[in-house]
Amino acid sequence: MNWPILTWIVFLPVFGALAILFINGNKHNAIRWTALVATLIDFVLAIILFVKFDGSNTAMQFSREPLIWIHSLGITYSLGVDGISLLLVVLTPFLCAIAIASTWSAVTEKVKGFMISMLFIETGMLGVFLATDLFLFYVFWEVMLVPMYFMIGIWGGPRKIYAAVKFVLFTMFGSLFMLLAIVKLYLMTGPDAFERTTDLATILNLQITPDLQIWLFLAFALAFAIKVPLFPFHTWLPDAHVEAPTAGSIILAGVLLKMGTYGFLRFCLPLFPDATVYFVPLISILALIGIIYGALVAMVQKDVKSLVAFSSVAHLGFVMLGMFALTIQGVTGSILQMVNHGITTGALFLLVGMIYERRHTRMIADFGGIAHVMPVFATVFLIVTLASIGLPGTNGFVGEFLILLGTFKVNPVYAVIGTFGIVLAAVYMLWMVQRVFYGECDKDENKKLLDMNGREKLIAIPLIIMIFWLGIFPGTFINKIEPSVKKLVNEIQMKKKKPIAPHEIVPETNTDEIENIENGEN
Amino acid sequence: MGFDWNLISPEIAVLVTGFVILIADLFLKRGRNAIFATIGFVGIMVTIALVFRNFDILRTVTEGASIGFQNMVINDRISLYFKVIFCMGTLLTLFVSVTYVQRELKGAGEYYTLLFIATFGMMVMASSMDLFTVFLGLEVMSIPLYVLAGMYRRRARAREASLKYFLMGAFASGFLLFGIALIFGAFGSTNMIDICKRFGYIDTQGMILAGAGTIFALIGFAFKIGVAPFHMWVPDVYEGAAVPATAFMSAGPKAAAFAVLFRMVSVFWPALEQNLGTILWILAALTMTWGNILAISQTNIKRMLAYSSIAHAGYVMIALTVGGPEGLASGAFYLLVYTIVNIGAFSIVTLFVGKGEKQEKISDFAGFGHKYPFAGISLTIFMFALAGIPATAGFIGKYKIFIAALNSGFIWLPIIGIANSLISVWYYIGVVVTMYMKPANAEARSIDLSPTLLVAILVALIGTIGLGLFPDLWVGLADEAGRHLGAAYILGSLLN
Repeated sequence: MNWPILTWIVFLPVFGALAILFINGNKHNAIRWTALVATLIDFVLAIILFVKFDGSNTAMQFSREPLIWIHSLGITYSLGVDGISLLLVVLTPFLCAIAIASTWSAVTEKVKGFMISMLFIETGMLGVFLATDLFLFYVFWEVMLVPMYFMIGIWGGPRKIYAAVKFVLFTMFGSLFMLLAIVKLYLMTGPDAFERTTDLATILNLQITPDLQIWLFLAFALAFAIKVPLFPFHTWLPDAHVEAPTAGSIILAGVLLKMGTYGFLRFCLPLFPDATVYFVPLISILALIGIIYGALVAMVQKDVKSLVAFSSVAHLGFVMLGMFALTIQGVTGSILQMVNHGITTGALFLLVGMIYERRHTRMIADFGGIAHVMPVFATVFLIVTLASIGLPGTNGFVGEFLILLGTFKVNPVYAVIGTFGIVLAAVYMLWMVQRVFYGECDKDENKKLLDMNGREKLIAIPLIIMIFWLGIFPGTFINKIEPSVKKLVNEIQMKKKKPIAPHEIVPETNTDEIENIENGEN
Repeated sequence: MGFDWNLISPEIAVLVTGFVILIADLFLKRGRNAIFATIGFVGIMVTIALVFRNFDILRTVTEGASIGFQNMVINDRISLYFKVIFCMGTLLTLFVSVTYVQRELKGAGEYYTLLFIATFGMMVMASSMDLFTVFLGLEVMSIPLYVLAGMYRRRARAREASLKYFLMGAFASGFLLFGIALIFGAFGSTNMIDICKRFGYIDTQGMILAGAGTIFALIGFAFKIGVAPFHMWVPDVYEGAAVPATAFMSAGPKAAAFAVLFRMVSVFWPALEQNLGTILWILAALTMTWGNILAISQTNIKRMLAYSSIAHAGYVMIALTVGGPEGLASGAFYLLVYTIVNIGAFSIVTLFVGKGEKQEKISDFAGFGHKYPFAGISLTIFMFALAGIPATAGFIGKYKIFIAALNSGFIWLPIIGIANSLISVWYYIGVVVTMYMKPANAEARSIDLSPTLLVAILVALIGTIGLGLFPDLWVGLADEAGRHLGAAYILGSLLN
C-alpha cells in the first residue's frame, strides 16, 4: 500500500500542535479538545496498523524505500514496524489520550503550552519506536527531552527545576555516548563518505569484532540503562516522577521508560550479539538488584506517588531480566510486561493524581478509610493494584509468568530471586492500599471527598478493559509479536553457539591518517 | 601581468560599501541610521552575489582554484565558504545594530564603516596565500574591532574593554609577526606556495626555525581567537562592548583566524609533525573544558556567552587537530553554524538588556519566557542549538566534527568534547530555566522589539532550524571546500 501510514502516525500530533498554535490561549477547552482529537485519530491509525499488521512476517512492515534525508551525511528517513515495536506504537497514543484527558481539571494554567509540549512528546516517542535509521532514532530520542523538560519544569511540583534539570542531564549523559557509537557504526559502513549510511538495515549486516562490540554495546547500553532505569542509574526517576504533573508522570512511566527497554531490544541485542551474551550476567544481576531494591525502597515511602515511582524501578527490572534471559518466552514476556507496566503504572499515576486534586496531599498518613466515601475509586484502585502485583487474570500475571518461565529455563537462581520480588510487590502495594483505603475514616477532610465523576470514570474504563483483555486473552497480542521475537532470539542463539573467532574477521580499513596537503588532489 | 579583479571582487564590494557609508555620514544629519543600514544591506547583498558568482567561476576552473596578485590572493572554495560566513555575520549584525546604535550610540555612522572595514580584513585573511597579506588582513580587521569595542563611550567598562582588547591584540600581532619573521628566515619567502615547495630543501636548522615560527604564529592566532590559555581578554571585552559589537566580534573574526589556521596547519605540518598535533590536541581539550567550566558560574549573560564562545572555539580546535579535508570541512561548517546561532542568541540579548543595557544579569530575564513568548522561544532554540540538541544546526555541526575526529582515529578528543557538551547543557538550560520557571521580576523594564531586530531573529532562526533539518547544501559545500584544500598548491606547482 502506498499510503505512508507510519509517517502519519508519527507526525499527526505535530499537526495537532500546529493547529493549537493558532487557537487563542484563553480558549482552554478548544485547546484540550484539539489535542485529544489529534491523539485519538492517531490512536485509530495505530489500531488500523495493529489490525493490518501481518503477525507471521518477521521483517519490518509498512516501511517504504528509505528516503535520502541528508545526502552528504548518509542519513535516511526510514520508518518501519515489526513485532517488537508494534505494541508500543499502539500503547503510546492510547496513554497519551488518557494523559490528555486527565488534565481537564488538573492543568488550568498555560494550557496551550502544555498541550503543545504533550503532542511534541507524543511525536518524539512514536518516532523513537518507528525509526529504522540510527540518526533519525537519535534525533527523536533527544528532541523528545525538550518538551518533557518543559513539562516537568513549568507544570511540576515544588522541586520541579531540580527534577527537570536532573532528568535532562542524566538522559543526555547517556545518549551522548550513544551518539559516538552511532558515528562509529556509520564510519564502519564504508570507506568513502558517499557509501556510508546510518540506515539500520545496512548496519545490521556489518561484521563487528567482539572486542569492538563490547565498547559499542556499553555506549548504547548506558543510554538505554539510564532511561529504563536500570539500577544504579535510577536516581533521576523518583525525582522526575514525583515532581512531574500527573499527565507527565503517566507519559514518563507509561511510555518513556520503555524507550530504554525498546532500545535494548532494537539495537543492543541484534547489533551486538556477542557482547549481549557476554553481558547477560551483569545486566541480569543489576536487574535483580533493581527488583529487590526498588521493592524495598517502595515499601518505606510515605508518599503514594513516590511509592509508585519506585515500584517502576522494580517492574522494569523484570522487563530487563526477561529480555536478557534470551529465550522466546523471556523476551515475549518482557515485551508484554512493557505494555502491562505502561497500562497499570499509568493507571496508578492517574488515580493518584485524581486523589491529589481533591486533597492536595499524597501522604499515605493523611488518608485512611476513604473506601467508605469513595467506593468506586477504591474498587478501581484495587483492580489496578492487583494487576500491578500480577494476580492471575490480569495483565501483570501473563507478563511476569512468561518472564519467570523464560528465565527459569536458563538460570533457575535468577528466577527464584525474581519471584521474591513479586512477593515484595504484593507487600508494599497491598499495605499501601490497606492504609489508604481501609480502616476507620477518621480524618474530617477525608469524609467530604467526592467519588469519581463521569469524566474520570470514562478515562478509567479503557484502562480496566485493557488490564483484563491482556490478562485473559493475551493471545491477541502474543501472536503478533512472537515471530519477530523468535527471529531475534534465534539469531542471537546462533551466534552464541558459533562465536566468531577474531582472526576470521578482516580488520576494517582505516584509511584516514592526518592528511597532508597532497590529499586534496581530487 | 594583468590583474584578475574577479579574485577580489567581494573584498572590493565590502570596502566600497564601507567608504560610501563614511562619505554619506559627512553629508547626512547625524542619526540617519536607517540610511547607513540600508546602504550596508545593499552592499552585503552585492557581496554575497559576488561570492556566489565566484563559486560559479570556480566550476569552470579544473584545478579548483585561481590565484593572482603575485600568488598572494587565492580564490578557492575554502576562501569563498569563509566569505559566506563573514557576510552572514555582518548581515545579521547589521539588523541587530540598527535600533541599538540609534538608541545607545546616538546614530553613529562610523559604526557601520568600521563593521565593513573589519569584514574586508577578514575576507583578505581568508583569501591570503601569503603570510604578509594574512598579517595585513588581520590588522585591517583588528583595528576597527578595537574601536568597535570602545564605541559605547559613556560607559567606563567599554573604554576598559577597548584598551584591553587593543593591548592584547597588539601583543598577539607581535607574536604573529615574530613567527612570520622566523618562517621567512627559514624559507626566504612568506608565500605559502613557495614555502610548500621548499620544505624538502631546508636543513635541520631551518626546520627548527620553521617550527618555532609556526608556534609563534599559532600563539598569535590563539590570542585572537581566544583559545585557552590565551583567552583572558575575552570575557572582559565581551562584557564591556556594546551588545551588537560583541555579537560581531564573537563570530566573524574567529572564523577568519581559523580560516588562516586551517591553511597554515596543512602547510607547516612537516615542520613539527606529531608535535603540532599534540599541541593542538592539548589546546583543544583545554579550551573546551576551561570555557565550559567557567561559563557555569557566570551571572552576566554577556560573560556567559563569552565563555561559551571560548568553548565553541575549542570544538573547532578539534576539527583543526584532525586537520585535512575532513577536519577543514567540519570546522568550516561548524563556524557557519556558530556564526548564525551565536548572533541569533546575541540578538535576543540585545532585546532583553533593554535601554542602557540595564538588564544584563541572567536573573533579570526571570519570567521573560511567558511575558515575551516569541523572544523566549527564540532564545530557547538558540540555547539548545548552542548546547547541540538535535533538530538544530548546532547538533549537525558537532556531529560532523565527531565524525571527522573518530574517522581519523581520535577517541579521547571526541569523548572530551561530549563531556563538554554535557557541561554546556547545564548553563544553557540555566537561561531557559530562568526565563520559564522562575517567578517574574516585578521591576523588570519593558522591552520593545523593533522590526529590524525581528528580521535578525527570524533569519537566525531559519538558519538554525534549516541547517539543523536540511544541512545538505552547506555540508556539501564544506566537504567540497575540504577536498580542495590542496588545490592552491597543485595550481602553484603548475604555474612555475
